[in-house]
Amino acid sequence: MIGPEEGVMQSRAQAMGALLELITDQPLIICNGFPSREAQKLRDRDANFYMIGSMGATAGIGLGLALSQPEKTVVVFDGDGNVLMSMGTLATIGAVKPKNLVHVVFDNEVYGTTGNQPTYSRLVNLDTVAKASGYVNVERVREREDIVYEFKDMLASEGPSFLLIKINEQIEDADRVAIEPAEMTRRFKATFDT
Amino acid sequence: MIDSDDFVRALQDIGIDFFTGVPDTILGGIIATLTEARLYVPAVREDEAVAMAAGAYLGGKIPAVLMQNSGLGNALNVLESLNLIYRIPCVLLVSWRGFEGKDAPEHLVMGHTMTQLLDTIKIPHRTLSAETVVDDLKWTATTFMEQRIPLALLLKKGIVKTVQP
Repeated sequence: MIGPEEGVMQSRAQAMGALLELITDQPLIICNGFPSREAQKLRDRDANFYMIGSMGATAGIGLGLALSQPEKTVVVFDGDGNVLMSMGTLATIGAVKPKNLVHVVFDNEVYGTTGNQPTYSRLVNLDTVAKASGYVNVERVREREDIVYEFKDMLASEGPSFLLIKINEQIEDADRVAIEPAEMTRRFKATFDT
Repeated sequence: MIDSDDFVRALQDIGIDFFTGVPDTILGGIIATLTEARLYVPAVREDEAVAMAAGAYLGGKIPAVLMQNSGLGNALNVLESLNLIYRIPCVLLVSWRGFEGKDAPEHLVMGHTMTQLLDTIKIPHRTLSAETVVDDLKWTATTFMEQRIPLALLLKKGIVKTVQP
């Protein structure tokens, strides 16, 4: 059965590609699984931090980075499964209120990396949870022009911001993260040396 | 007994400049001092605290995470699949509930097995004492800089002055 939103939904790679075109010097934390693999394929850069494990920790890492680098706008690419696993972190971010954090959630309503088992995000609106938690800007989008418009706006606004992008289940054919984890730490950390 | 103000100053002296965690009674005095100095960012879970500390380290900070030892269970996956493989260090200030079996039942298993657990996952640890605190913190700084992995300082009841009666 085709849902009403399905006809105009982007794949994660399409939505992510649109966001990556808008990113300039912002450090970017990307959650484990295919999101990191797709980002590596679409636009690898030193300021991308690819997670290969520790599911659920993405937004927490983004928060710590945002607090330690207040002059930078920190972007987090997250997934619905990751957010559901650590939903308490939405409360922490909403309470601490880092102005320089843009939390993007690609919501395909499944655990896509492990075989499309359904998540609860079809029944639980994560944007509503983010709003209730205290995020300053919260938007729910699915079409490309809305994705671009809202992300641009969030990059320029005081946050914390939460961009929920409803996407389809399609996965891009993308290799595993090629960079060795300790080297990634070194490479990413070095982007803050001036 | 160590004064919590002195202990926080000693932690700052070895370079620690980012503090997060989840409270425990034993850590109450330290958290009160940190909160008063606006140095502490409360987390809701210990794995979240370790993740925040990792982000802070990536951004140039020297982080510490305060937690009850039960929280080590919550933090285990992040410590293993983030910190240990990415070589992201962190000072874990862990209260030793259930030490020598003298505590509430929920603390006894972790209290008995904590050091074995840390040994198994190869997280270096030391038990803080008033007599050796200078050396303990020197070891903390050296291990952090040389090994670039999480390490644990274990705090028994009564070691640092607390806010509870």
